[in-house]
Formats: sequence, structure tokens, C-alpha cells
Amino acid sequence: MPEVKTAEFPRLSRQSLADPQVQSSLRRLSHFIEAREAAVAEVGEQEWQRLRDQGRRIKEHAIAHLDYYLELAADNVVKAGGNVCFARDAREACDYVLKVAQARRARTVIKSKSMVSEETGINTVLESHGIRPVETDLGEYIIQLAGETPFHIVAPALHKSKEEVADLFVQKLNVQRKESITELTAIARAALREIFVQADIGMTGANFVVAETGTVVIVTNEGNGRMSTSLPRVHIALMGMERVVPRLEDMAVFLRLLPRSATGQRLTSYTTFVTGPRRDDEEDGPDEFHLVILDNGRSRMLADEALREALYCIRCGAWVYGGPIGAVVTPILAGLPQARHLPFASTLCGACREVCPVKINIPHLLLTLRSRVTQGPPADRHASWLERIAARAWQYVVTTPWAFGLAGRAAAILQLPLLRRGRLRWLPQPLNAWTRTRDFPRVAFRPFRARWSRIADQHPREKT
Amino acid sequence: MKAALFVTCLVDQLFPNVGEAAVKVLRHLNVEVAFPRDQTCCGQPALNSGLRYEATAVARRFLKVFEGSEYIVCPSGSCTSLVRLFYADLLSEDPHLKAQAGLLASRTYEFSEFITGVLKVTDIGARLEARVAYHDSCHSLRELGISRGPRDLIKAVQDVELVELPHHDVCCGFGGTFSIRYPEISSAILRDKVDNILKSGARILTATDSGCLMHINGALTRSGGQVEVLHLAELLARGLERADA
Repeated sequence: MPEVKTAEFPRLSRQSLADPQVQSSLRRLSHFIEAREAAVAEVGEQEWQRLRDQGRRIKEHAIAHLDYYLELAADNVVKAGGNVCFARDAREACDYVLKVAQARRARTVIKSKSMVSEETGINTVLESHGIRPVETDLGEYIIQLAGETPFHIVAPALHKSKEEVADLFVQKLNVQRKESITELTAIARAALREIFVQADIGMTGANFVVAETGTVVIVTNEGNGRMSTSLPRVHIALMGMERVVPRLEDMAVFLRLLPRSATGQRLTSYTTFVTGPRRDDEEDGPDEFHLVILDNGRSRMLADEALREALYCIRCGAWVYGGPIGAVVTPILAGLPQARHLPFASTLCGACREVCPVKINIPHLLLTLRSRVTQGPPADRHASWLERIAARAWQYVVTTPWAFGLAGRAAAILQLPLLRRGRLRWLPQPLNAWTRTRDFPRVAFRPFRARWSRIADQHPREKT
Repeated sequence: MKAALFVTCLVDQLFPNVGEAAVKVLRHLNVEVAFPRDQTCCGQPALNSGLRYEATAVARRFLKVFEGSEYIVCPSGSCTSLVRLFYADLLSEDPHLKAQAGLLASRTYEFSEFITGVLKVTDIGARLEARVAYHDSCHSLRELGISRGPRDLIKAVQDVELVELPHHDVCCGFGGTFSIRYPEISSAILRDKVDNILKSGARILTATDSGCLMHINGALTRSGGQVEVLHLAELLARGLERADA
């Protein structure tokens, strides 16, 4: 489960920073960023801003009337011959999927494109009942073989080099070692094809669910999504409850926003619209269709006016180099004490807000969460008494000019033994976190406030 | 025209030369500069750390200190953005204070913004022979939308060559308390920034925020590179001195 890792974020971040493989993979991400910029430039700045505004307004409306649109979507799924499950939490979702799987005596479930399934931990549940879940997105497949969790929602195996993947395939699939990407992809493809044909159930996520038609929209590049929705006899789609949009027409906006923001594509290779199971006059498609609508803390987000905006997220991943929306969403879903490090792990530079296709003000949401960690309701709070005293002392100093001046003078004197050529190259805890890699400037012997009387007199026209 | 200078706590205690330079440039442009002596900090370090109560107390005090000032000019985009974009929210519980905060917001300007936007000047009559790189401070750029103004001011300085840094709009990794909470991530971001600065061949690096400059300079001085770091106010003030000479 993701929560466990979240609590260890500071340690894990240091580990990743020290890992040259991860770092060089992340450097290669810059081509994603360039592709995204080119794809946006192609639309034209003005049109792009218009699209973002439109996307934002649709999301605002859909989330404001979420109860209505979810029911409408559910009604239309049923009308199209499908089944709907409203799952309050991960457990209810897993129970439902398991029930369907057991009723069909399923042995293999193929999966594609579902972060919600990651959130619910469904794989573990299925495995413990003797059902084999197989990830079919290439990146996810690699991660599953390695027994890890995805590195990033759009590029789950980003941290793996092709040599590592080659070793993994030799070890797990019993094949001859190949090193070119084309050959490696062919190996995965051959292995997956067999599983596709055997699978009893196809499980997918949903990028969008259209309320007026009950249509699940899935955006993929590898084609496995379409295999998962059409080959097995049963298709189960898992959606977070914020995924609903009112009209089919709205897809005209989101299908332009999402691929360009995510991977810098005009359109992904496959855009699949699924409305219910196979109809009598159709040749392909599953006999059964299930839509699982997951809450799992989302209604808490909906009730929270200050953070509601986070539900507008369409999971594009464009913030890949900016501040993550995950740092907003995870604390709300997993609980703030568990994820308290995340809102602080950002410079608040605002680059994420600039690329967000639905203009979510992520830095401001992070600030709101920070204030909840330090002084929010008791259940969210996590501040030591020492931190609280320091905060009070700071407030006293900056709201009392003489104390502010005095603190500055004290610092100017205390620094004397540490000064080296006018700079501070070493400072005691906790400030050594700065000086390990950076010099700190010296505190001025004459601060500006002390200089003012001299400066003020230089100019005869004014006196303060 | 009259303006009150809010120098910020960082400039007051660590970089008083920046304050002096700002005064010099503003006076050169016929602005009567006042310095309300009770000023301290805008509250940014508190809000950044999630200390909303403390930030609110500081905001309330700031309102009083700058009550009578027609314009407030601040040599920091970050502090300006806090006053302009967050005070009304911090003080929203008291409708009267909230309204005052709204008015304060409309009177508070970042240094370069005041010169190009209010005084409507781009050529201040300075001169400096140097290759200068401009770093876009995140809050100046993305909270306040400041991008062209400082560049126009720099380009108008006679004999200056303005070079654009690769990835000029990417953060330097400072982020206030972030630099201490996550020193490894912060330093990794900074390393890229410093590489780009050294590669650019600039002799002077300038920006509108002493926070970013302090961070960048902290690594530059250890890199052994020959790049001088100056706040935009210092760059312009030096240009005025050279033009006089």
C-alpha cells in the first residue's frame, strides 16, 4: 500500500537522489517536457488557455453536482446492460471485484491502466484467493515482475534501465537475454498475448466516465487497454468518483487537454469508449460489464472547501517535474499524519500550476495542508512542543521591533568565530543542513535600519 | 511621488546594500523614499512553515505599520506576493481588516514593477559594461507575472549585454524552509541552476529576490566560479554610479 512508503518519504527521497540510475532516467524525462511544450505550442497560447479554462469549468460544474452526475452515469450504465457498484472504501471495492471473479470461477485477471486498482490493493486480495492478476501495460508489467510499485503514474518503470529489464526477463520469463528495446518489447508482447487469450476478466481504470451516456473513456498507447476491454468475457472498470463528466461533448475538450499535457501527443494511439457489455448485434466485447465507483476518502475532499479543487485533477502527469498533485491528494486519502512530509516537499515554485490542464492552484493547496499539519484539527496535527515554542518566539521577535533589532545584533556577534572571508561555511544544527552544500552570508554589522538615519539625511527632501 | 520602502527582514539583516541601492535608484527617479522604522518581516517564513496564526499576527501588524503609505515598494517578489495575494485571506475573519488588506495589496509593488509599471520608466540612465544573466524568481514570475519588466530595465542600461540562462524559469531550489527540511533535494536543484549560470558566460547574475540570490550565491562561492551576484537594485545603482563617473 502506498501509505507505508509515504511515511518514509524523506529517507526514500535521499536514497533516490543518490541513485545514479534513477537520476539519469529522470534527466531523460526532459524529452517529455519538450514534447509537451511543443504540443501545447501547436494549439497556440490563446487557444490553449481557452481550453484550460473550459476544462476547469466543466470540472467545477461536475464536482459541484457530483451526486447528480454519478447517479446519472450509474443509471445509464445499467440501461446499457451493465452493473454498478458504489464502493465506500478500498475494501468494498475489492470485495465486489472478488465476488464477481469468484462467481465466474476466474483464474486470471488482466489489468490495464488503473491507478485506482493500485490504490485499493486489489492485486494482493486476488492473489490471496488464488486468482492471478497480470499487469499488461509494459511498464506496469515490468514492475509487477520485479515485485515493486510504480515509480510514476505515466511512466511506472522509469527508474529501470533496459539492462535491468533484460536481466529481469531472463530471470522471470526464462528467455534468452536480449538488450534492444524492440526485442525486449517483443518478449513482453509474446508473453502477454498468451495471457490475453486465457484471461477470464479484464480490469481497467477509467480516464473519464460520461454521465449522459454511461460511457467509460480510456486513453492508452499500447493497445492493451482495448484487449482488456474486448477479449475476456467480463470487463470491470474501476473509477475514482471524481472521474465523471456530464456530456459526451466534454470529451472534445479533455481529449485535447489530456494527451498533450501527459505525453505531449496530439492524441494517444488508442482512445476507447465503452458503453456497457456487448450488445446482441455486436460481434466483439464482453458478456458482462461492471463499473466500480470508488469513494475512499474522496467525499471528505469534496466536503472540504479549501481542498476541493484537488478533485478536478485529470491525472495527466504534466507536473512530472513540478510540484506533485499527489502531495495534495495522498494526505487527504491516506490521512495527513501518515503523509505529513509530502506538503513540505516542494519549493512552491508554481511550475506545476502553470502546466496544470485544469489550473489547479497546487502551491496554495500545499500551503493549506502545511498549516493543517502544524496547527490544524488535533487529528491532523503533528508538531512537537519545541516547534510550537520556536514559532511563538519567532512571532514575538518579528512583532516587536526592539527585539527584532536585538536578535539581529546577537546573531551578528555570535557569528564572529565562524566567519571565514566574510562568509559562514559551517553552522551548527539544524542550520548545517544549509552549510553542508552552501555558504551562508554573514549577518550585517550595520543592518539597514541602523543605516537609515544616515541615508535619510543624504536627501534633504525627506525625513521619517 | 512618495513611496515607503519595505526592505524585508532578509535585506535588513543580511543585505542592507540592497536597501541602500533601492533608495538610490528610487531617489534618482524623483521618488521621495520613506522608511517606516517599525517594519520587520512580512510573515512569509511562518506561512511557508504552515504557521498560519503567527503569519496572521504579523500581517495585522504590517497593515498598521504601512497604514499611511501611498505606495509600498519592496525589493522582493516573494514578500510582495505574500502581501498582495495572501493577506486578505489570512485576515478574512475580520471584514474590516480584510478590506484594508485588499487596499494594501493594491498599493504594494515589487521594486522593478514599481519602476516600470507605476513610474513608467525603463531607461533609468544607467551604464555598465557587463554580461548580465537574469534569473526569474518563482514568486516574481508565477505569482506576480513579472518577466519583461526587469529584462527591459537591464537591457536599457547602456553597454550591458543581457544573456538568457538555459531554463531561466526553473526554480533554484530555495523554497524558504524547504532548503533546510530537504537539503538534498534543494541542493540537487541548485546544482543544475549553478551549472547553467556558469555555462552562460555571464559575469553578473541578477534577480528580484535576495532569497534566491542568497541560495544561488551560496553554491557559486563554493564552485570557484567568477560570477558576481547582485540584486537588480544593486545592478541599477551601480549603473547609475558608472554613468555619473
